[in-house]
Amino acid sequence: MEILPILSTLRRHKITAFLVIIEIALTCAIVCNAVFIINQRLDRMNMQSGVDEHNLLHIELADIGITKDEKARTAEDLAALRQIPGVAQVASLNQVPFGNSSSNGGIKLDPKQNLSTLNATMYSGENIGPGLGLQVIAGRDLQADDYMDSDVVMRAVAARDTKSLPHGIMITQNMAERLWPGQQALGKQIYLADIPLTVVGVVKELVRPSIWDDAAKSYSMILPMRESRGEYVIRTKSPQDRDRVLAAAIAKLKEINPHRVVLKKHTFDDMRHDFFQNDRAMAGLLVGVCVALLVVTALGIVGLGSFWVAQRRRQIGVRRALGATRSNILHYFQTENFLLATIGIVVGMVLAYGINLLLMVHYELPRLPAIYFPVGALLLWVIGQLAVLGPAMRAAAVPPVVATRSV
Amino acid sequence: MFSYYLDLALRSLRRNRVLTALMVLAIALGIGASMTTLTVLHVLSGDPLPGTSDTLFYPQIDPRDMDGYEPNKEPPRQVTWTDGQNLMRAKRGDRQALMTGGAVPVQPAQSGMEPFYSDARYTTADFFPMFKVPFLYGHGWSAADDESKARVVVITRTLNDKLFGGKDSTGQTLRMKDLAFQVIGVLDTWRPNPHFYDVYMGNYAASEDVFVPLSASRDAHFDHNGSTDCWGTGGGDPEHAETSPCVWLQFWVQLDSAAKVASYKEFLVHYSQEQKSLGRFERPANVRLPGLMEWLDINKVVPGDVRLQTWLAFGFLLVCLVNTIGLMLAKFLRRAGELGVRRALGASKREVFAQLLVESGVIGLAGGIGGLVLAFIGLWLVRLQPSNYASLAHLDLKMLLITFLLAIGSTLLAGLLPAWRACQITPALQLKSQ
Repeated sequence: MEILPILSTLRRHKITAFLVIIEIALTCAIVCNAVFIINQRLDRMNMQSGVDEHNLLHIELADIGITKDEKARTAEDLAALRQIPGVAQVASLNQVPFGNSSSNGGIKLDPKQNLSTLNATMYSGENIGPGLGLQVIAGRDLQADDYMDSDVVMRAVAARDTKSLPHGIMITQNMAERLWPGQQALGKQIYLADIPLTVVGVVKELVRPSIWDDAAKSYSMILPMRESRGEYVIRTKSPQDRDRVLAAAIAKLKEINPHRVVLKKHTFDDMRHDFFQNDRAMAGLLVGVCVALLVVTALGIVGLGSFWVAQRRRQIGVRRALGATRSNILHYFQTENFLLATIGIVVGMVLAYGINLLLMVHYELPRLPAIYFPVGALLLWVIGQLAVLGPAMRAAAVPPVVATRSV
Repeated sequence: MFSYYLDLALRSLRRNRVLTALMVLAIALGIGASMTTLTVLHVLSGDPLPGTSDTLFYPQIDPRDMDGYEPNKEPPRQVTWTDGQNLMRAKRGDRQALMTGGAVPVQPAQSGMEPFYSDARYTTADFFPMFKVPFLYGHGWSAADDESKARVVVITRTLNDKLFGGKDSTGQTLRMKDLAFQVIGVLDTWRPNPHFYDVYMGNYAASEDVFVPLSASRDAHFDHNGSTDCWGTGGGDPEHAETSPCVWLQFWVQLDSAAKVASYKEFLVHYSQEQKSLGRFERPANVRLPGLMEWLDINKVVPGDVRLQTWLAFGFLLVCLVNTIGLMLAKFLRRAGELGVRRALGASKREVFAQLLVESGVIGLAGGIGGLVLAFIGLWLVRLQPSNYASLAHLDLKMLLITFLLAIGSTLLAGLLPAWRACQITPALQLKSQ
């Protein structure tokens, strides 16, 4: 295919050619970045939590009056929940993954450090490992004799009497890797508000209740404190038991103590769904905009292509009369579109890279992976070719006899 | 002349319906998307208290120990109980209020109505006059009530409707956490956007349903919700919240003149130095006094996603406009013959230019109407979203006007190049080729 005649034709239609290039470039730049953000959101929505999600139920209760002997009442609640058929494990804890409310603390490797090494979230509650279905990959799970009641611990901390406090904790694999890269974490010490703690176990994954920074999403530790604040997780034996167990559990808890209000009762699947609803909405919106952009661009190419074909009807007739075949004409328009699309894509890639740099600065997005460039290019080439096909076929259908007629 | 051009424009647009529809659709899509996102942004970045916000300030002081100290880092975004009380007692502002959020169990008197938890605000007397909170019945409490830990409560209209059937409930008793509180006021509908006075309770959350004196809330052991930041040996345990080294309260001050703002800032510096010499503070004085709108910026109240969506929509509008320029150029140049005849018959370049601009203006108007319809659909879709700001997304008169100006303005701008290009046609050449 001769490219030079096409180029010389395009030189005569500078403005129109320029507009097509700009449109393709802008579309390419926006779509590349939008698809990148969509992928980021989808990755986020598929985030591993480390807990046995499909079997977990979460219940949060609050007393109406002032709470008394909550420890005995928690023990009674837990015993009753354990009795419900279909329940595998129960735990009373202080916070749950995707629960949004969390307590966090600065971790130091050396008490003399001025700034914390990292900020980690603090889970606590007896039987939390089996209760959430955590996977211990090194060391051991916390045992009953590791634990102390959380109010006792709080009082001791306030009185600066920290000698007698339990010190065995579990941390996540990611946190261990961040604190001691490439080393065995078991037996190592960390400091939380100057209190020394020893790592006795490492869990594969346990995501935080609220995630501000995706890089720190699994910096979690489990402290050896018993909790009795009316927050429970129930792990069922199989997912189809969940609805029945949840209803039975609420009825049971109400029966034990009617003077309280159920603040939350849901499955973990629902919690995940709610936690990522903004990401889902954003991804949906971006998909909509991408489709609209591609459609508008394609329609623009169809419109301009039709105009060009109409404008060059006579030239096409002349070429046909001089011996050009239908496929010659078809290829002419296809090649022309390919050339414009290629220039547009090159400009678009530079733009896409620029937009990505801006997003990296203002929205803390990572760098656009290189794979987006060839994929984006291919997509726009295909769309360009599809859009120009209609007008090009109409051009190919122009009979040679047109050349002999004046308009 | 204008009506003649209008007639010509309509004729020309009718002649090539597909192309016209394509242009109008592109403009409508671009305008619809931009206006939807711009409206959401406009609603979210609005002034929660128009006319009052420039006299409200949020003092920040740094009571922390030297652990993790870096010079000139932002002080905590809340205050401790002790500092809050000290600043309240100093009464250096025209008005001041100390507050925090929580939740209380409400026990309805009616049988058959289950107890429920309601979001609450524990605050001090000036809260209501300072934020110009409208009352439907009764009034707020006094400084004396704060002092005496009076068990009084102000409720919202929504809660009043639910509990008292919308009747004037002042003087009635409301039981919360097994304690009796006397209703002294019912608020009229009040939903400042954003929820500026406590950004830890959801930035666009509806206001709380229950307002109780801060002192009484502590006395009644009401639960505190929101953010608690501690240092040193502070464990954030609620029973010792008054003495532990934790920030968990918001302090707002009303300062009616620039001179007062300057002197208040000076006061904060003096206060910090005084506390340091007393041994309570360890860090050098580090104070800030942002105004209300500045405070919202500091807290990045408008979600990043919403800004991103706005940029995206304008990028989309740009593509739609480039598309329209291309299509209009095609359309105008196709009529070279007709324009040549008009020029040959005596129409000046300027007149042809005006005629073509009228045509693009008509497309812009049609696109604007289409865009408006799409924006209404877009906003309806936004309202279906689960975000807590979703219900606020409504088009107001100002945005309606902006929609049309944006649509016609951008289409006219897009029409400039094609119209100018079409004016350059040499009449003789066109007539010859006929």
